Amino acid sequence: MSTAAPSSSPLPLRPPANRVDPRAIWWWRLSALPVPVVLLAGQVVAWFLLPATPWHGVLVATGALTVLWLLAGTLVVPPLRYRLHRWEVTDDAVWTRSGWLVREWRIAPIPRVQTVDTEHGPLQQALRLATVTVTTASARGPVRIAGLDAAQAAELARRLTETTGRHAGDAT
Amino acid sequence: MSDPAPVTATGPAPAPDPATDGWRRLPGRMLLVAPATALLRLAPALVVLVLFGAGSGNRTQVLIAGAAVVLAVAAGVVRWRTTRYRITDERVELHSGLLNRQRRSVPRDRIRTVDLTAPLLHRLVGVSVVKVGSGQHGSDSGLDLDAVATEEAERLRRELLARPTPAADAAPHPPGHAPHDVTDAAGEGAGRAAGTELDRLDWYSLRFAPLTISSLAAIGALAGASWNVLNETGVDPRRLPGADTVAGELSAAPIWASVLVAVGVLLLVMVAGSVVLFVERWWDYRLTREPDGTLRVRRGLLTKRSLSVSEQRLRGVTVAEPLLVRALGRGAQAGALTVGPAGESGGSGGGALGPPVRRAHAHAVAATAARADGPVTAGPLRAHPPRARTRRLVRAAGPALVLLAGAGAGVAAGGPVWTVVVAAVLVLLAVPLGLDRYRALGHRLDDRYLLSRHGSLLRTTTALRRDGVIGWRVRQSLFQRRAGVLTLEATTAAGGGAVQVLDLSPADAVALMAAVTPEAVADLRS
Repeated sequence: MSTAAPSSSPLPLRPPANRVDPRAIWWWRLSALPVPVVLLAGQVVAWFLLPATPWHGVLVATGALTVLWLLAGTLVVPPLRYRLHRWEVTDDAVWTRSGWLVREWRIAPIPRVQTVDTEHGPLQQALRLATVTVTTASARGPVRIAGLDAAQAAELARRLTETTGRHAGDAT
Repeated sequence: MSDPAPVTATGPAPAPDPATDGWRRLPGRMLLVAPATALLRLAPALVVLVLFGAGSGNRTQVLIAGAAVVLAVAAGVVRWRTTRYRITDERVELHSGLLNRQRRSVPRDRIRTVDLTAPLLHRLVGVSVVKVGSGQHGSDSGLDLDAVATEEAERLRRELLARPTPAADAAPHPPGHAPHDVTDAAGEGAGRAAGTELDRLDWYSLRFAPLTISSLAAIGALAGASWNVLNETGVDPRRLPGADTVAGELSAAPIWASVLVAVGVLLLVMVAGSVVLFVERWWDYRLTREPDGTLRVRRGLLTKRSLSVSEQRLRGVTVAEPLLVRALGRGAQAGALTVGPAGESGGSGGGALGPPVRRAHAHAVAATAARADGPVTAGPLRAHPPRARTRRLVRAAGPALVLLAGAGAGVAAGGPVWTVVVAAVLVLLAVPLGLDRYRALGHRLDDRYLLSRHGSLLRTTTALRRDGVIGWRVRQSLFQRRAGVLTLEATTAAGGGAVQVLDLSPADAVALMAAVTPEAVADLRS
């Protein structure tokens, strides 16, 4: 089997070959906007409604934290995600890496794939992106490749459906 | 179910009447059971209504109670009249309801479990509830046929669990594993007509009853329910005869004596209650393998249950050791890892194959259920790296340490001192817990099984068949990355969806993956 893992590499497997579409960075940026923006708006309203003495100090603190969250979510995390999120479909398996705080690798052997879905949210449609979801018979999580180019995703789903169709059985 | 069926009532399947298109009705005996069950459920409310109504001379409440009785009986009759079921070659269909018409249907090839339940009332008139489970979520999830004659239920169980098409299930097995199982099942099926008994109740198990957490939880529920009844009926326990004397003597005794008496009474109630529950649950327990390979658990004193696990749905076995059972009784409980939502086949008792028994016996039952010659869940496991111990310790003691820090800050600000003492005790308790959790960590790869063990309060050894692994999920948090360990999950269609191997070294993880699914991983090695 394998020898001792170099401590620098978290998993002694090569990273999946492909990156997602660069437009996914913008998708992640835009999806990170709404929650902190709404929170900020709420705090601005509170600034005018609440008495100044105890509350303005609190609001400055929470406001600063919210702005920090907003900046991290839009400027820092999306490029990080782009660097870390990778995917690949080999002849035998679907192979993905994702997550930035908690890294996650998933392998779904092709004979065990049950369904292949593509999905486009409104934001994804505007950016011509799509998410491909590959499900197996396990309740614990399908393999998702988020932020692919829409045309590429359709092609990938078609290819995967074709490949998995060749394997008989209910894949449990 | 356990009683031999009376000859007069048995017979071949009722020939489907062409006029009804194969639809069958519930037996007339359900006219007795359904209203009676509804009345029993209403009973506490009715008793309260009538007691208060009669006492105050208020007739409205008595009238309401009467109306409720009439409604319950009418609902039972309507249900009996409108419920029809049909078993075709492809589907099991159930139609019921008059106003709110329900139509349920489960594809035959999706059926994972067929369980029979006969509560006391059902048993008195000889009918059983048939629960058909499909292991799917949502509209196809399954149906309850409440109820048909027990002999008919037994026949349905056999018919529905019969192997649908061998071809559909043989394919996903890698060559080399499937033939072994199939020939085994066929050989045994040809040889014997009735099921083979694998295990039966040993009253030695009774000693584990007070040690299981589920029993304690059940006692809590029981106490809560009786308190509710007391409240609703307006009986004040303090006004019961003799209560005054007891209270008087208790208040005269020193405080530690009262506490001791209270604890003693509580323990006594818990032990007695858990023993009663154990007897109700496991009376006449038998584990058998039916001629078609299906594992079958039969048990129950008042409510008779029969839980079946068809062999093609079995993906592995488990051995669970709750802390008290493990530490005080050296016991363990064997379970089945089957395709379908967790707990679906068991209700109370989960996928348990039997009551808690001696540890060696539990491992033996697990091995027999898995049709293995040697031990499956027993034996030495590969330990996890020492840094996993640090992680277990930190994770166990961390929250307690935070509490301690909080309590310390509280005392500094003039808070009570006892909070610090409690937090310190928690920290001290967390250390052995963390160490024990590390001791439990381990994994092993056998010819046919992937084994993983973890947990301290509930130590669980899971043996997942290699061909039951349908994918991998590897997770590594920031802290795990620093410690150089990661969590490997072998996803599967059975149980909770995955078998976890906690905090193992990355090299071990890749070795496991490459050994179990060589084709999928071969290309990915760096």
